[in-house]
Amino acid sequence: MTPRPTRRTAMALVLAGPLALRLSPASATPDTMRAALDAFTGGAAVTEGRVTLNVPLLVENGNAVPLKVSVESPMTEDEFVEEVAIFNELNPLPDVIRFRFTPASGRAAAETRIRLNGSQNVHAIARMSDGSLWSAVTDVIVTAPACAET
Amino acid sequence: MVAMVNIPETAAPGEIVEVKILISHPMETGFRTGADGKLVPRNIIHDFRCLYGGTEVFRAEIFPAIAANPFLGFFLRAVETAEVELLWTDETGEEHSERRTLTVG
Repeated sequence: MTPRPTRRTAMALVLAGPLALRLSPASATPDTMRAALDAFTGGAAVTEGRVTLNVPLLVENGNAVPLKVSVESPMTEDEFVEEVAIFNELNPLPDVIRFRFTPASGRAAAETRIRLNGSQNVHAIARMSDGSLWSAVTDVIVTAPACAET
Repeated sequence: MVAMVNIPETAAPGEIVEVKILISHPMETGFRTGADGKLVPRNIIHDFRCLYGGTEVFRAEIFPAIAANPFLGFFLRAVETAEVELLWTDETGEEHSERRTLTVG
């Protein structure tokens, strides 16, 4: 594990953050996230709802942010959630994780811990077995970004 | 790779049980510089699967945005006494698995 940044290094990084982001060779932006999201949806319409995305609103340590997602679905052979994709706006890559469910999952819910490089929106898109797409967005404030201590 | 797995040993038929796993792995993103100033090569667990009685019930495609020592929690519907197998692969090609028996009745 990497050492926790001290207040001084944290302050320096806060001040240098915007510059570092601009110089970074690979950094997602809301635009690259939008592109990744469109690649997932195939440009089809996404409706807000049915998806519950739980991420703490205020996070101290961006290295391990608890994330829980669940989707309203009966999870039967006829009607179930196929996949849930999580996207972020400011990490080097827009993709976070993709959960693939089956009717045997019983419940379309999963949790993990993610890295977040700064305060941003986190998006969850669910694709149902009928092809419909549903989404949820959470705005997260991160005080110590994940990629900071390098 | 060491992993801690939490699956109930028994379940009633039709019960939805939670599977939790914590895997010891650095999840190197490929964006981090090491002590020598060079980028540390990327090595993440990119694929995780859960088989129940030999059938895939859950899968995750994982990207570098998942924290070191990845934790996953998900569900499966208990229908019969069978083996629950958790399989994962990292980018060195190392494949690991953990097996537990879920007794239903």
